[in-house]
Amino acid sequence: MYRRIPLIVCFIFGAFMLIQFFVPHRVSTEFYEMTLEWAQIIYAFALLVGALMLMKHHAVNATRKSSDDRPFSIIVIAGIATMCIAGLIWGHGEGTVFNWFFQNVQAPMQSTMFSLLAFFVASAAFRGFRARNTQAIFLLIAATIVMLGRVPIGELISPVIPQVADWILNVPSMAARRGIYIGIALGSIATSLRVILGIERTYLGGS
Amino acid sequence: MDISTTIAAILTLAIYSFLYRDNPVYKTAEHILLGVSVGYFVVITISNTIIPKLIIPLFVDGELIYIIPALLGIAMLLRVTKQFSHISRIPLALIIGVGAGIAIPAYMQAHLIAQMKATMLPLSNISNIVIIIAVLSVLVYFFFSRKHEGAFGVTAKAGIYFLMIFFGSTFGYTVMARISLLIGRIQFLLGDWLGIIR
Repeated sequence: MYRRIPLIVCFIFGAFMLIQFFVPHRVSTEFYEMTLEWAQIIYAFALLVGALMLMKHHAVNATRKSSDDRPFSIIVIAGIATMCIAGLIWGHGEGTVFNWFFQNVQAPMQSTMFSLLAFFVASAAFRGFRARNTQAIFLLIAATIVMLGRVPIGELISPVIPQVADWILNVPSMAARRGIYIGIALGSIATSLRVILGIERTYLGGS
Repeated sequence: MDISTTIAAILTLAIYSFLYRDNPVYKTAEHILLGVSVGYFVVITISNTIIPKLIIPLFVDGELIYIIPALLGIAMLLRVTKQFSHISRIPLALIIGVGAGIAIPAYMQAHLIAQMKATMLPLSNISNIVIIIAVLSVLVYFFFSRKHEGAFGVTAKAGIYFLMIFFGSTFGYTVMARISLLIGRIQFLLGDWLGIIR
């Protein structure tokens, strides 16, 4: 029973969303838009579940005196609480406390986190980029030309380098990506059909 | 050098301290980022979705049909409880069903038909010929229902070379994007914060 009802719900809504694409009638379009809105609302609640689960995990950690990560769990809870209080009480427009936290805490730290990857990517490339075989040579050459083609020094070495970099990106690389996209599309369509028909039910969990 | 810039700069340096090794300063900054990011998404979700799409239609406009998504949303929240977490499978099944139903025509249009249509090019220049050969060989490589041997194997091998070019160029592109972010952070530290560079 606990599994049958969700499977029926999934089939009804999945089949409707699929069929309505081929039936552009006013009634079906209205029902489609309403269902999309419902899905957005449930999705928002699902995000809240994620935040609640995280809070729960860190609240347990924060109350455990023996835990080494206790101060960090307190920081996480304080961060969530600060943003929620600031955003839900004083709003989140320009000049608000919430916006100040976003501009001066979240945004700089996020872009620093991403820039940190430059070091790790460089060190991984240094260790992993070995021209061991022909395939690795192709990878190495493509990466080198694209990197050189994106910076002024590439054009200084030869004006051809940026042109070759563009050609690599727009022709063989794009074509390979296209092949991958077609594969992804076929896989996604097959998986979606399996989900709608109830063959794929891992999302329901174990028990 | 105002206080906001100084705080942003200190947090930036705290993140960069990880380059030395994992340390309490980095961990503190990491957990601040986690907390603030989750709080940000909670506020944005509530104020951009739950209030305008559920609370206002239901309680201000009196549209009773919105009781259904409200109940489904509450059912979703029951996931945090041990006793009633199975009820959350119903709203979960709804969003998965809706997602799967939308995905089929969307992928069919955007990723399958559009990509195939874009590959049907006249064999008038080298680039077009390369595109057609690359797409076909990559597709052959991903076809695992037949053993990769003979002419089929040769085509699949050509597909690997095109995939290597794709991985290499994507890697190069990603590296340059990260480097430009790094340059941005250094400009912030040396320019906006310390005022050494303009």
